[in-house]
Amino acid sequence: MTAVLPEEVTTPGPSPSGGPRRSLFGGFGARRRRQLLPYGLLIPALVALGVGLAYPLYRLVVISTQDYGLRQQFGAPPESVGLENFGDIFGDAYFWEVLRRSLLFCLVTVVATMVVGTLTALLLGRLGRGMRTALSVSLLFAWATPALTATVVWQWIFDSRSGVANWLLTKVGFDMEGHSWLSEPLSFFSVAALIVVWMGIPFVAFTLHAAMTQIPGEVLEAAAIDGAGSWQRFRDVTWPAVKPIFVVLLALSTLWDLRVFTQIYVLQEAGGVTSETNLLGTWAYRESVAGNHFGKGAAIALVMVGITLLLTMFHLRQMFRQEEL
Amino acid sequence: VSPRPRRRSLSRSRSNVLVNGIALVAIVLSAFPVYWMFTTSFRRSIDIRSPHPQFLPVGGTLENYRSVFDNDFFWTAFGNSLKVTALTVVCALFSAFLAAIAVSRFRFKGRLSFLVMILVVQMVPAEALMISLVKVLEGWDLRNSIVGLTIAYVAFVLPFTVWTLRGFVSGVPKELEEAAMVDGSSRLRAFFTITLPLVAPGLVATSIFAFIQAWNEFTFALVIMDRPEKETLPVWLQSFNFGARGTDWGGVMAGSTVITVPVIVFFLFVHRRVASGLTAGAVKG
Repeated sequence: MTAVLPEEVTTPGPSPSGGPRRSLFGGFGARRRRQLLPYGLLIPALVALGVGLAYPLYRLVVISTQDYGLRQQFGAPPESVGLENFGDIFGDAYFWEVLRRSLLFCLVTVVATMVVGTLTALLLGRLGRGMRTALSVSLLFAWATPALTATVVWQWIFDSRSGVANWLLTKVGFDMEGHSWLSEPLSFFSVAALIVVWMGIPFVAFTLHAAMTQIPGEVLEAAAIDGAGSWQRFRDVTWPAVKPIFVVLLALSTLWDLRVFTQIYVLQEAGGVTSETNLLGTWAYRESVAGNHFGKGAAIALVMVGITLLLTMFHLRQMFRQEEL
Repeated sequence: VSPRPRRRSLSRSRSNVLVNGIALVAIVLSAFPVYWMFTTSFRRSIDIRSPHPQFLPVGGTLENYRSVFDNDFFWTAFGNSLKVTALTVVCALFSAFLAAIAVSRFRFKGRLSFLVMILVVQMVPAEALMISLVKVLEGWDLRNSIVGLTIAYVAFVLPFTVWTLRGFVSGVPKELEEAAMVDGSSRLRAFFTITLPLVAPGLVATSIFAFIQAWNEFTFALVIMDRPEKETLPVWLQSFNFGARGTDWGGVMAGSTVITVPVIVFFLFVHRRVASGLTAGAVKG
């Protein structure tokens, strides 16, 4: 639609309507300046990204090939060890355990988030005005709560002594009095997954709900008149319409849940057994910043970046189908 | 309105009851933690430790807030958070706005590459980058400094900001600016008098969102600001939480409330305006 206009703007000839200023500077210089202007406008952003992101990323690659430990902390120059750090972690059974754990945690949280998110989106569409507003506001509460405070609040809910979760479960008939959720890996990850899913649902639900409201009501009505049940209407009308955005959300949730750090870290500090509950992010942190093995930590972090980039490629392909850049 | 068969309307009202019941459960589940944080923060510690939780707010006290405000490092952390957040918003908005104008008002070689780069870059996990960032900032003598943390935050807020602002700037038709230029305004003046006022709400929404991001951030702050007097609010809360070790849930919840409430209020205002930037994947809420 606007495809014609840009060329008029980027190549301004001395136009009759240009006024005196334009014709005065309308020669080669002004044109040249006009062509360079967009690049000039990008400079601050490029500098910020270069300093805060590209350079640290480059350094991450360099550190991952170095023996960067405690001695370097006190000023010894780091030694290059090639790919030894990667050899170390790939040969370490613990790496595969943490990787498997991370992928499994990601799988569980993503599936739960997407399923409950989709159901919530459908629910939003079925509700009357008042209930819909109430549900939207409470979803916004969950969405807006910072990851750290959310984790701290859930930690309080699952507190072994006076937490409301144990009280409720005991009331319902389980013997949960004084049960410590964080000391055992499975229940630790259940609490962590609950927090991650709780925080992830609103975004999925709102985005899918917005996509569903784009479907013309007549189409759904026509399908209903033709005798399609609600499942059939979902499968044949709603789903094909929201599938592209669903795939984008799926990719994003996967990216986010793979790198989850805050929730795991806080719960570990609150009483989880670190070695049994590490995911890639917390492991990289504990090796490097806390344990002073920066070379190894950087190698773990790069594995994370690698997986992320693979997923991003997939995500971007979907984005390009969705949106005009 | 044609009268429907009775049976049909009965089953419809029954399914309405079911749907509303499910909605009620969903409302409770998603709002409860925030409600619980808020009410606990006003409870006396004997009531908090009692084996029978009270769900309705009764017998309020401000003692938990007093313990937060009297905490040695709370106000320092509050100040640090304000400083780093303000600095991040100003720097990110300035550079992102210029970039957004470039990509939405000009066609130039490398434009598409820049946009793709923005999308790729925002996926780089902060959790991975923090390891080398600590070393980089140490090398520049910027660890435990507001400027150092700001450098990290700007880079991470920027992709989202560029993406959202680009949407807002493209939303103002170029023809408006051109019409003003035909009438004799300079390009710069046309921009300031026509485009800027129309983009202003978008600028405000985007800044608020950048504010929320920087205010909430925990990972970078944890590793970059590792001295107590340099902590930001989330890091302060975590050490307060860790130090309390479950004995002072009232205080921890009061601290959480102080951090969370402004975020929720802002968020309610802006989430709709920045929806497209969110699906582009920059930030998780």
